[in-house]
Amino acid sequence: MENQIESQGLSRRKFLKLGGGITFLVTAVGLPALVFKKEELADTKQISAWVHLAADGTVTIYNPASEMGQGTMTALAAIFAEEMDADWTKVKIEDAPVEPEIYGIGWGGERGGSMLTVGSRSVSGHYNNLRQSGAQARYVLLTAVAEKWGVERNELKTESGVVFHPKSNRKITYGEIVEFVKIPASVPEIPDSDLKNPKDFKLIGKEYQRYDVPFKVDGSAIYSGDIHVPGMVYAAIVRSPVNGTQPELKNESAIRGIKGVLNLVSLKHGVGVVANSMETALKAKAMMEITWKGDPKAKSHNSQEAYAEYEQLSKSSQTGSIVAQAGDLNRELPKAQKTIKADYKNDYVYHAQMEPLNAVAHVKADSAEVWVGTQASDGTRNDVANHLGLDFKAINLHTCYLGGGFGRRSMTDFVIEAVDISKAINLPVKLQWTREDDLQYGAFRPISLQKLEAGIDQNGNINSWKHVVIGTGGGLLGSGADIPFYDIPNKLIEVRNIDHGVRTKHWRAVGHGPNKFAIETFVDEIALEQKKDPYQLRRELMKNHPRELAVLDKVADMAKWDSPVPKGRARGIAFAERSGSLAAGVCEISVDRSTGKIKVHKIWGSLDGGVVVHPQNAMYQMEGSLVMGLSSVLFESITFKEGQVEQSNFYDYPILRMEDAPEEIILEIIPSTEKPTGIGEAGLPFMGAIISNAFAALTGKRLRHMPFTPEKVLEILS
Amino acid sequence: MQYSFILNGKPVQVTAEEDANLLWTLRERLKMTGTKYGCGVSLCGSCIVHIDGKPIKSCITPLSQAEGKKVTTIEGLSEDRSHPLQLAWIEEQVPQCGYCQSGQIMQAAALLAENPNPNREEIIKHMNGVLCRCGTYLKILKAIEKTAQKV
Repeated sequence: MENQIESQGLSRRKFLKLGGGITFLVTAVGLPALVFKKEELADTKQISAWVHLAADGTVTIYNPASEMGQGTMTALAAIFAEEMDADWTKVKIEDAPVEPEIYGIGWGGERGGSMLTVGSRSVSGHYNNLRQSGAQARYVLLTAVAEKWGVERNELKTESGVVFHPKSNRKITYGEIVEFVKIPASVPEIPDSDLKNPKDFKLIGKEYQRYDVPFKVDGSAIYSGDIHVPGMVYAAIVRSPVNGTQPELKNESAIRGIKGVLNLVSLKHGVGVVANSMETALKAKAMMEITWKGDPKAKSHNSQEAYAEYEQLSKSSQTGSIVAQAGDLNRELPKAQKTIKADYKNDYVYHAQMEPLNAVAHVKADSAEVWVGTQASDGTRNDVANHLGLDFKAINLHTCYLGGGFGRRSMTDFVIEAVDISKAINLPVKLQWTREDDLQYGAFRPISLQKLEAGIDQNGNINSWKHVVIGTGGGLLGSGADIPFYDIPNKLIEVRNIDHGVRTKHWRAVGHGPNKFAIETFVDEIALEQKKDPYQLRRELMKNHPRELAVLDKVADMAKWDSPVPKGRARGIAFAERSGSLAAGVCEISVDRSTGKIKVHKIWGSLDGGVVVHPQNAMYQMEGSLVMGLSSVLFESITFKEGQVEQSNFYDYPILRMEDAPEEIILEIIPSTEKPTGIGEAGLPFMGAIISNAFAALTGKRLRHMPFTPEKVLEILS
Repeated sequence: MQYSFILNGKPVQVTAEEDANLLWTLRERLKMTGTKYGCGVSLCGSCIVHIDGKPIKSCITPLSQAEGKKVTTIEGLSEDRSHPLQLAWIEEQVPQCGYCQSGQIMQAAALLAENPNPNREEIIKHMNGVLCRCGTYLKILKAIEKTAQKV
C-alpha cells in the first residue's frame, strides 16, 4: 500500500525499478525463484520476496495479508524486522504482489497456501515463516559483511540495522551493505536455535505504532474507490431483489436517453449502467424499471417464519452433521435426574463495513488490470482469470486498503461485475455499490435456532449436553459450537441445515457469535437453576483446563465479580474461544424499563492469545470486536420477506453509534509463551451471552433471541 | 455548468452537470479522495467536510451550495497532519480500517473550533452522527478529550 504509487496507477514493480536498492530473494528451500526478474531491477542485484533494502537504509517489507483495519500489515512486518534486526524507524511496508507460492499460507501455517485474509489467521499463520525469512535476510547481510571484512560470520553481531564486529571494533549499517552484497543462490534454513531469544525481542510483544495510521488521519490512505485511471467511466448496477431472479429492463430507451449515460450492460443477476459521471450512473440506476423473472427457491423464504421450519426439522429423527460427540448421550440423557432445556434464536446479520463494495477494472484484449480492496487477493486474481478465460499471469491485481472486510470482501462477486462491465464497454470502469446495494445484495451471517438440553445427575453435575443448531448456511453454522474446555462426559453437538436459496457468508467470527450466545447463556441458565454462581459453575466445568481457567479467573478478578453491583445494574459473565484464542468477558448493564433500552456501562475482557506480537493493537482489536459484537447483539437484524431483504440503509439497519458505546472497556492480555493465536475476532463471540446473563441477573427474565431490541425487551418485561 | 469555490484555501473551477453533487465532485472531478462515500443519505458521516467552517454531509449536498464558499476537506485540515486532532488520532492510534476517520476528524474539528472545551456529553452528542464499524468510538472520545485539554 504505497499510497502515492497506487494512486498514480503505477505498479509496484515499476516502483522497485525506480528505487535504488536491493531486494533479497530469500526463498524457502525448494521454492522457485519467481516474482521479480533481474531485468526489471537494472540498478539492483537481485531481490527478495520479502524485503527491499535501499542504500539510505530504508527497509521495505512486503505485507502478505490484506489490511482491512486489523493492523496485521504492521504486526507481520514487525515479526520480519525483529529477526532481520532492522531499524524499525526505517521500515516501510508495502503490499506483497499476488504470489501465493511465496506469500500464501496454508491452514496449518505452511508456506505457499493462499493469500486469504480470514479467520484471524494472519499473525498466527505467518509467525514462524516470517521469523525464518527475517533471519534469512539477516544471514545474507552477515555473509556479505563477513566476506568483505574477511571474518567469520558468527563473529558478527547486529543491532537495529547495524552490523558489528566486536573483535575488530568495526561496524557498518545495513544501508551501506547494499553496495557490495551478493545474493546467494540459496539461503539455508536458519535453525530455531539461531533465531532470537524471545527475551531479546525489541518489537514482538512491545509497543510501537501502526504503520497505516498516519495515512488514515489525512485522507491519503488509498481504498479502491479512490483510484482514478485515465479514461475511466462509472458504473452502477440494479441487482435482483430476490436471489436468482433475472432482469428484464422495461425502459431501456429512456435510460439510454439520459444525458451522460454511455451504455447498458446486461448481467445475469442485474442490469449495469455506465455513465460519464458517478451522479449520472446513480441517477440512471434509480430510474431503471425492471421486471424480475423466474421463480427461484429464495422467493419462498420468510425469515421470521423460518424458525418454525427449524423447530420442525429439530424433531426429525434424521441426524444432521456432527460437530462433536462424546460418551453416549442417547443412553445417558434419559437417565438424568433433571433435564434443562432452552432454545435460542438469532437473526441474519449484515457486514455493514463502512466502505460499500467497489472495484476498478480495465479489461483489455488479452489482459486485465483490477484495483480492489479484497480479503482474497489470489482468489480474486484467479476468479478474474477464469472468468475471462485468461492465464492468471495476465491479470494485474492492485490491492488497496479495505474499508472493512469482516468476511464480505472474501467474496469476489463485486470484482467480477466490474470486470464484466469493463469487458462489455472496452473501457476502464469504476463500479460503485450504493449502501442499499451493499445491504440488500449482502451475504449474511446465517439465521439459526439453537436447541440446547442438559442432563443433571444425582450429584447436581452436568452429565449430558445436547446442542442442535438448525439454520441455513451449511458449514457457517457450526463454528464455535463445540465446548472442548467444558468437561461433560456425554455430549452430542450437531448442525441441521435448510437451504433457503439466499446468500450467506462468514461474518466476523461467524458461527461463534450465535453459538457462544446460546452455549454461554445456557450455562448461565443451568447455574441459576442449580442455584450456583455462574462463574463458579464455569470454573468447575473447566477445572482441568488451566489456560481457560486462568482467562476466566482473570476477568472475574478484573470485574471484581463477587463485589456488590451498583443499584439498578447487574453483571453477566461468559467465556469463549475463537481461532485458538481464549477470551472471557463481564459486562455491567442497566435497563430503561420505559423504553426497553439496554445500556452497557462497562465491559471487562481478558485474553490469552499466545505470544502477542503487537499488544496495543491486539487490545484495540478486542475492543473493536466487543463494540461490533455489542452492535449486533443490541440492534442488528436482517429479515427476508418472500426472498427480499426488508432493510435498506442505516435507518432500518441501525449499527451502534457513539452514544451506545460502553462508558468503559477494560482489557487485559495474559502473558504467554505459547504459539500466537488469532485475536481479531476473539472479543465478539461472548457478547450475546454476557448481556443476556446480565439482563437475567437484573430482571429475572431471559433474552433468548438476538438482537435484544427495545421492543423485545419491553415485551419480555411486560 | 461552471462552479467556483475555494477548496482547502485554493480557488477551484469545476465544470459539471446541474445535478452534480459535492461528494462526487470532490472525489471524482477534483480527485480529493479523503472524503468518503458511506451511505448516500446523511446517516453515517463518512462524507463530512466543512463549508465556511461548518460540518456538512457532502453526500447530500448539491455542488451549487459550495458556490463561492470555502470548502475544507481532510486534506486541507492541515498541510502536514499537524492539526491537534490529527496528532491526537495518531497518538491514540484511533483508526482501524480508517474509512470513517476523515468524517470523524472533520466533525470533531468543527466541534473544537466552536467549543474548545466540550464535556463528554457534548462530544457524544456532536459525534453521534458519525458511524464507525470497527468500534473505535472510545478511542475517538479519548483523542477529542485529550485535544480539548491541550487547546
